[in-house]
Amino acid sequence: MYAPFELDIPNDLAGALAALANGDGEAVLPLAGGTNLIVDIRAGRERPDRMVGLDGVDELKGMEFGPERIAIGGRTTVSDLLRSPEIAREAPSLVEAARLFGGLMVRNTGTVAGNIASGSPAADLVPPLLTLDAELTLQSAASTRTLALDDYYLGYKQDARRPDELITRISWPRLPRDSVNTFYKLARRKGDAITVTGVAVTLAAAGGTCTTARIALASVAPVVRRVKEAEALLEGRALTPALIDEAAEAAAEACTPIDDIRASADYRRHTVRALTRRLVAGAWDRLA
Amino acid sequence: MSETRNITLRINGRGEEGRFPAHRTLLEALRQLGHMEVKCGCEKGDCGACAVLLDGMAVDSCLTLAWMAAGKEVTTVSGLGDLDAPHPLQEAFADSGAAQCGYCIPGIIIAAQAIIAENPEPSEDDIRLGLSGNLCRCTGYTKIFEAIADAAREMRAEGGEQ
Ligand SMILES: Cc1cc2nc3c(=O)[nH]c(=O)nc-3n(C[C@H](O)[C@H](O)[C@H](O)COP(=O)(O)OP(=O)(O)OC[C@H]3O[C@@H](n4cnc5c(N)ncnc54)[C@H](O)[C@@H]3O)c2cc1C
Ligand code: FES
Ligand code: FES
Repeated sequence: MYAPFELDIPNDLAGALAALANGDGEAVLPLAGGTNLIVDIRAGRERPDRMVGLDGVDELKGMEFGPERIAIGGRTTVSDLLRSPEIAREAPSLVEAARLFGGLMVRNTGTVAGNIASGSPAADLVPPLLTLDAELTLQSAASTRTLALDDYYLGYKQDARRPDELITRISWPRLPRDSVNTFYKLARRKGDAITVTGVAVTLAAAGGTCTTARIALASVAPVVRRVKEAEALLEGRALTPALIDEAAEAAAEACTPIDDIRASADYRRHTVRALTRRLVAGAWDRLA
Repeated sequence: MSETRNITLRINGRGEEGRFPAHRTLLEALRQLGHMEVKCGCEKGDCGACAVLLDGMAVDSCLTLAWMAAGKEVTTVSGLGDLDAPHPLQEAFADSGAAQCGYCIPGIIIAAQAIIAENPEPSEDDIRLGLSGNLCRCTGYTKIFEAIADAAREMRAEGGEQ
């Protein structure tokens, strides 16, 4: 019914990395929840010779809440995010994205690393993580490196991960005290629907000026991306309605949406403008 | 090619042995072993007809590989209860006529059990969001939501021994 593959089920990280390193010219892919991968294999979009199932790799689970940074393992599921009161406090945008993510069964098995590595322009966890300044740990049998999530995507479904690397950890700095971090998923319905336009925002303020602005967009470009043009307009300024309009316009101009069955490019651009304005203005109000 | 292996699946409390290639999904394996109560709808995670509990957690068995389920406890809708000893959810669905063709119901009852296990007093919104990965093409959902709320009430009254 679909192309067969071999399957390794290592029981620790060293075993998983060794299995990924053992290519011999084979196409080897890590398998987490399978909510993208099994679907892609069945549709013929992916044809791995071998897969490495990560279920037994406990090193990829768990969360750490340090004084300065939060870190979660790559195999953290969407449901794990929803069950954590600390994540709810420390990453509200991520929890909002998790709440409206897929259906119950997909939330239970779909993972954060799988969402990032899928490279989908509609990956819901990525805009929140970009506005949190997330950093990835990429580990292979031979090396470990960290990379800003902002530098991870190179183009449509192209990323900086080597085939023998796993995303083992995702970490981000704690939000500053006076900050707001939000996400809005616009879709045809609330649950289990692909995002038409996704906007995540972080604003921090001190002494009446905006000290940090992060704006990230999903489903309106070949990759999920920040709009630094808009962020730069806001940082270091006291926000006014005119300035927020200008930033919203910059976000709408920076995105490069396409027409598809869910929405037209024009509609997506319009909603980027409206949602950026709404989220930034709402965040600024809450900071005032 | 794909290696074939004998694996033991624990299904509804009983060990069952089968011989499966690596790419066999849990859905295919369960039906091959005769568990026809697990339904095959879309085979891509959209409909929830194939939902089972894996160590108590609801998953789409069409997206789970059989080998990965070895050593875990698989619960299908038949494992929750049967005609002689129905589960409160099964009773509530029958009482409120929440099924028409019935194809979606095994998956919906599994998802409902997971919703109630996590939150014994789900609001209608909790039920709707919890069921967003289950499609029913017949009922219009209203009676399904009612049946789940009724069953949750019944299970709280019974002291939540389920
Ligand atoms: C019905 C349905 C609804 C969905 N709804 C949503 C939604 O609302 N929002 C959304 O964003 N997505 C959605 N998705 C897509 C998918 O569920 C998510 O992208 C999910 O996070 C993928 O995680 P996974 O663990 O299942 O990844 P897998 O399918 O196991 O893997 C996906 C990719 O990531 C790679 N990979 C997995 N783990 C690692 C790792 N640790 N390191 C490196 N590479 C890795 C795999 O090799 C593969 O290329 C949906 C999918 C379905 C079927
Ligand atoms: S058959 Fe598994 S979700 Fe549809
Ligand atoms: S009763 Fe027919 S699909 Fe739900």
